[in-house]
Amino acid sequence: MPTQANYAALDGLHTFPRLLFNHARTRPNAPAMREKYLGIWQTWSWSEVAERVRALACGLSELGFKRGDNLAIIGDNRPHLYMMMTAAQCLGGVPVPLYQDAVAAEMLFVLQDASIRFAIVEDQEQVDKLLEIREQLPALEHIVYDDPRGMRHYNQTFLHDIHALMEMGRIHDRNHPDFLNGEVEKGHYDDTSVMLYTSGTTGKPKGVCQTHTAFIAAAQGGVQVDRMGADGDILSYLPMAWVGDHLFSYAQALVAGFTINCPESGDTVMSDLREIGPTYYFAPPRVFESLLTSVMIRMEDAGKLKYRMFHHFMEVAKRCGADILDGKSVAFGERMQYALGNLLVYGPLRNVLGMSRIKVAYTAGAAIGPDLFKFYRSIGINLKQFYGQTETCAYVCMQPDSQIKFDSVGQPAPGVDIKIADNGEVLVKGPMLLKEYYKRPDATAESINGDGYFLTGDAGFLDEDGHLKIIDRAKDVGKLSNGAMFAPNYIENKLKFFQYVKEAVCFGANREQVCAFINIDMGAVGNWAERRGIAYAGYTDLACKIEVLELLRECIEQVNADLVHDTMMADSQVHRFLILHKELDPDDDELTRTRKVRRNFVAEKYKVLIDALYEGKTNQFIETEVKFEDGRRGKVSADLKIVDAKTFPIAKKAA
Amino acid sequence: MSKKIGDVILDLQNISLRFGGVKALTDISFDVREHEIRSIIGPNGAGKSSMLNVINGVYHPQDGKIFWHGQERRKMEPHMAAQQNIARTFQNIALFKGMSVLDNIMTGRITKMKSNFIEHALWFGRAKNEELEHRRKVEEVIDFLEIQHIRKTPVGRLPYGLQKRVELGRALAAEPSMLLLDEPMAGMNVEEKQDMCRFILDVNDQFGTTIVLIEHDMGVVMDISDRVVVLDYGKKIGDGLPDDVKNNEDVIRAYLGAGH
Repeated sequence: MPTQANYAALDGLHTFPRLLFNHARTRPNAPAMREKYLGIWQTWSWSEVAERVRALACGLSELGFKRGDNLAIIGDNRPHLYMMMTAAQCLGGVPVPLYQDAVAAEMLFVLQDASIRFAIVEDQEQVDKLLEIREQLPALEHIVYDDPRGMRHYNQTFLHDIHALMEMGRIHDRNHPDFLNGEVEKGHYDDTSVMLYTSGTTGKPKGVCQTHTAFIAAAQGGVQVDRMGADGDILSYLPMAWVGDHLFSYAQALVAGFTINCPESGDTVMSDLREIGPTYYFAPPRVFESLLTSVMIRMEDAGKLKYRMFHHFMEVAKRCGADILDGKSVAFGERMQYALGNLLVYGPLRNVLGMSRIKVAYTAGAAIGPDLFKFYRSIGINLKQFYGQTETCAYVCMQPDSQIKFDSVGQPAPGVDIKIADNGEVLVKGPMLLKEYYKRPDATAESINGDGYFLTGDAGFLDEDGHLKIIDRAKDVGKLSNGAMFAPNYIENKLKFFQYVKEAVCFGANREQVCAFINIDMGAVGNWAERRGIAYAGYTDLACKIEVLELLRECIEQVNADLVHDTMMADSQVHRFLILHKELDPDDDELTRTRKVRRNFVAEKYKVLIDALYEGKTNQFIETEVKFEDGRRGKVSADLKIVDAKTFPIAKKAA
Repeated sequence: MSKKIGDVILDLQNISLRFGGVKALTDISFDVREHEIRSIIGPNGAGKSSMLNVINGVYHPQDGKIFWHGQERRKMEPHMAAQQNIARTFQNIALFKGMSVLDNIMTGRITKMKSNFIEHALWFGRAKNEELEHRRKVEEVIDFLEIQHIRKTPVGRLPYGLQKRVELGRALAAEPSMLLLDEPMAGMNVEEKQDMCRFILDVNDQFGTTIVLIEHDMGVVMDISDRVVVLDYGKKIGDGLPDDVKNNEDVIRAYLGAGH
């Protein structure tokens, strides 16, 4: 819980609106936000942002938005949506960002649970979604939209163009110049600043209420560890509803005062990344993975000279790159080689990735494959991991510079206290803990123990240097029938490091052996197939090719060879596998919106396949219904072949 | 959705077009009103594209009169059509495959450019400011058609559906008052067709552009057209609202083949 001491240290800047107006006062012309509009980057300075936030807040108030109201925010990362967050906070309201790619029915629960009266949405698409479920949302009174395109024929009086709202607000502000300052003054450090819904890997989503001080404390800790200055740039492209984006693009940006950059659209992120060249970058492992995959695919197509140069210098980087970045001592010869490689390969590669200016890059959200992690560090990108969850403002552990261990998530962040429970679960305490779950005192009580520690639900341990290692979700860690530990995530992560594997789901709890479902990576395997002249007609067809199964079998056998050396996991070698006929998709509820596998759901949905794996069948027919983005349904069917993979005998453990 | 359909802006009277002994069009009359979506349908070889080429000035009918905004049009060449704010897309994509999407759409602005060849080549005088202004217009089109992510991609590398969209973009860049679309949805999958329909409706709605559309997909035509002309063997066999045309016996016969 936030303490009086934290509050005092904040020197009057204990809410986000205060932070914003402080930036606008002290450095009015520094860039606060950028957005690409009609192909050109447009910049808003802090004073301009503050002016708009004022106008928006006054406009909202004119519409009847009051202290304690919740404001739904639905859309891609747009400056106006970020401004709207602060505007709601100015009035003592609580912004509730939602995942913008969710279909209307999925949004319904959150909108009802948070008793939403006001919503700000990005465009017509989102307006249509809300109109679709409006009948079930009697509380919803006003919808404000940012992009007027396609809205000309919507004449409902509860729809408002954001510019009209700002105009209204400006008039209100002129007539009542003291109103907004008064409202901001009333803001208390212990007010809920934002409500982020958990993705609901288990059960219904829960609204996590975080206070101003909690997020400010988390942001300050991060800024302090990484020495973030006001001159940084971050690309804000991850869903606004995700705690990571809220911490980096909102809380830290307001605390440190750096610039957030909103990409033109979801499809242009890569080119926008290159144009902006952020100093601070944040992506889930999946993004780093697909970046690496695309580099590797293109290197396959490169000329002989380039190909050999690339691989030669990648070997050099593998040997010494990470040590050089960590400031450890490296032989002079190696250092020279690395410098040459930097000139010829790493530098240009960083530039292509848009990471030339990066000071710190972070990944979190899921465990990252060590080889993947090493790759980025070895080419000179300071990629680090952190660990946290929505309930802890994504702020529990961070890897401090020069103390990077590939398989740990780092040391407890400043102000955070960590304990490992008897069952291996990680317990956390600090100023960044949630205030409560919205309207769920039962869940709040369950998640925080008597000593004030939050139960993370992750299994892990602290190593001799005090670095936290996360093994898996505590509830996913099971035992094979011979009693050996089975941590599915651990194996899946090993599989997913192969560029050909996009997603893997392992089964084995209470069974004799481990079996796996694989999703192939369409880009990498497609390219591989084309190169070999293998014709295919889409994902399902490609997934059923004998050659592809062989390719995947090799990957799995490599993992098995690797696992056999792991004392704890040697029994978890994958014996049999199949390639799923469709990609796991959040639209079909198989993944969460943050793209984590819903393990139990998948197990239930594809029960016939699991049975086939364990019954020793060589193939199994399956038909599955799929939902398309626009809500239509279709069917995918295939006769899946089941393949045995070679496993390795476990060396006798020393007595 | 209610929109204002204006006066007749293009009136074709008794048009006949022959290529030697082949009669492509025989005595066809119909009109196009401002702001409407006017479709021309018919089986293969019915003369639809010929009709469009007559409107556009590529073909010159032997008989008949054409009135454009009430004025009788004499002999006309395609570039004159462009100057009169008529833009078109083609049945077979006619883009510059090696050029980027941006440059391709920029070519749609050509009639609006005032600076001459030398100024352009030397990047001198009016050329610079003019390019900025045109680039802005082109960016608006890119934004409208949601193709930001392929702005710098050479057109030849794009899938067919997107190439069609780029072609529409080039036509839109000319800010036409009338847009002639020759089978914009041919060869597309359902999703691409839906997108294209939405863009056509948006163009019509947002910019008030009059649209003359040739299309095979009856579902699409009946859904988005204000009025429909039906051709068969170079003759007009139906004309009217989509519902009237749908129930017209001659049309049903031509499409289902009864009596042939």
